[in-house]
Amino acid sequence: MADVSTLNTAAVGSDAVRPTLAPGPRGRKPKRVLSRRNIMLYGILGLAALYYLLPLYVMVVTSLKGMPEIRLGNIFSPPVEITFEPWVKAWAQACTGLNCDGLSRGFWNSVQIMVPSVIVSILVASVSGYSLANWRFKGSELFFSILIIGAFIPYQVMIYPIVIILREMGIYGTLTGLIIVHTIFGMPILTLLFRNYFASLPEELFKAARIDGAGFWQIYGRIMLPMSLPIFVVAMILQVTGIWNDFLFGVVFTRPDTYPMTVQLNNIVNSVQGVKEYNVNMAATLLTGAVPLIVYFVSGRLFVRGIAAGAVKG
Amino acid sequence: MAQSTPSARPNQLFRNLNSKIASIPMIFVALVIFLGGSIWTVVYSFTNSRLLPRTNFVGFDQYERLWASSRWIISIQNLAIYGILSLIFSLVVGFVLAALMDQKIRFENVFRTIFLYPFALSFIVTGLVWQWILNPDFGIQGIVRSLGWESFDFNPIYDADIVIYGILIAGLWQGTGLVMCLMLAGLRGIDEDIWKAARVDGIPMWRTYIFIVIPMMRPVFVTTLVIIGAGIVKLYDLVVAQTSGGPGNASEVPAKYVYDYMFQAQNLGQGFAASTMMLLTVAIIIIPWAYLEFGGRKRG
Repeated sequence: MADVSTLNTAAVGSDAVRPTLAPGPRGRKPKRVLSRRNIMLYGILGLAALYYLLPLYVMVVTSLKGMPEIRLGNIFSPPVEITFEPWVKAWAQACTGLNCDGLSRGFWNSVQIMVPSVIVSILVASVSGYSLANWRFKGSELFFSILIIGAFIPYQVMIYPIVIILREMGIYGTLTGLIIVHTIFGMPILTLLFRNYFASLPEELFKAARIDGAGFWQIYGRIMLPMSLPIFVVAMILQVTGIWNDFLFGVVFTRPDTYPMTVQLNNIVNSVQGVKEYNVNMAATLLTGAVPLIVYFVSGRLFVRGIAAGAVKG
Repeated sequence: MAQSTPSARPNQLFRNLNSKIASIPMIFVALVIFLGGSIWTVVYSFTNSRLLPRTNFVGFDQYERLWASSRWIISIQNLAIYGILSLIFSLVVGFVLAALMDQKIRFENVFRTIFLYPFALSFIVTGLVWQWILNPDFGIQGIVRSLGWESFDFNPIYDADIVIYGILIAGLWQGTGLVMCLMLAGLRGIDEDIWKAARVDGIPMWRTYIFIVIPMMRPVFVTTLVIIGAGIVKLYDLVVAQTSGGPGNASEVPAKYVYDYMFQAQNLGQGFAASTMMLLTVAIIIIPWAYLEFGGRKRG
């Protein structure tokens, strides 16, 4: 069955017990495949699935057409002549302002922003979560509550004070500054994630290590880290997609030549000069969406676990 | 509180020292950025700062100017329309999809993957795709017209009256998958025996959902509501990508107002006042929830 359902151990348990209890024929009563109920059920789900798939389909189809074909046909029709030129153009030649080296620049900028931001934010948050779960001190829960409530404050409220702080430190507009910003705003959700995970580990382990004389960092490095690989993967998925998709911080905290991919994409597509090349725009959009989509399709159940852990407090 | 360290040490401050050192980033973020930053913004919203923040206090001037600005009023109206409709639709659609998914269907994983993938995409990508699909010449309007219905009018990109609904369509496409997932987790948390009892009593399925299951899922609904609500107030990238606030300023939203005044119009005071209003909105949503959630009992 599905991964979410494994959370529901009660239902799974009763399913496993049922065959041994029921005398006579085993298993569920076979149902008619084409009952009215099933047609309704799969009909509605299928329609909904179509609605969700439509934009992806339109993106792919449009990005493979030439401009003349787009001007003639409708956006849903499959391409008559498949061309990969829009993709090449979006990647290597599309213009933003004076630069005409395409989205590749934004892609590499995003990679440069994402990799250190993901590592730093996860390290900092996992240590905080560990300290909250295992080494509480007076006031630690209060700080944590402020952190969680702070997660709901609109970024616009805190953005200017951060600009000032970074400017005072002399790192406004640099990569370091943006990494700090991503670490700050990734903190609430990640700390919550790690705190709940570490708190769910058996306490005896921690106590045994304490008796053996291990200290704060030793327990973290030798016991907690190796035991919590899955949660690190979940945190990584959250952060990779989150930071890749970020737009606001990219606009505010970087300079035009270090703009991340989302910002550059928006500038390419919504630029007012020149003839609109819809196929190039859609290819560029797909390229920008590709990284989180790949992460999503590869990670599947872990992605769901990440957002569920983030959303439903554990 | 502290689970460890011998009590022989006299100074309270140095107990559990490593943990405190490790928590410095968290404490810094909580106190300086979240708490301090918010207070700073609120305080400076009472000044007439323009290019740089200055402590020249002018009382409620900025707020008066804010509420006199037609652009701000439009922003608030748009956010209200978008917020209310997106709350209703995402809760209803999310719940219905989750309930359908919970009927022990085949291909559940396939359906879930399809419903949730837009959530992995950024608002920029979402906005640009829908800008293209809703394009009046080539998109839905153009296609329906070319099929023969010449007077068909559906142009949520350039028609100021319905532009916010175009953004709503895109926002729902991106976000309902998440609601569906949360609801599905909630439904799976309902005890199977409830369903059996309802069936024994002969209660039809839809009544069981409305009168038994939904009330039981109250915590899930509340959490979902808070998450959607907080996300709605932040609405920014989607508008920037899909319409850039246009046509004119028909699809402006508060978050965009704040950004434009702070970083482009160089009228910091207005930006601070507007962001304080956003903070107030969130506070109205969050405080009752936090009170209900954490006020009564102690967190464990």
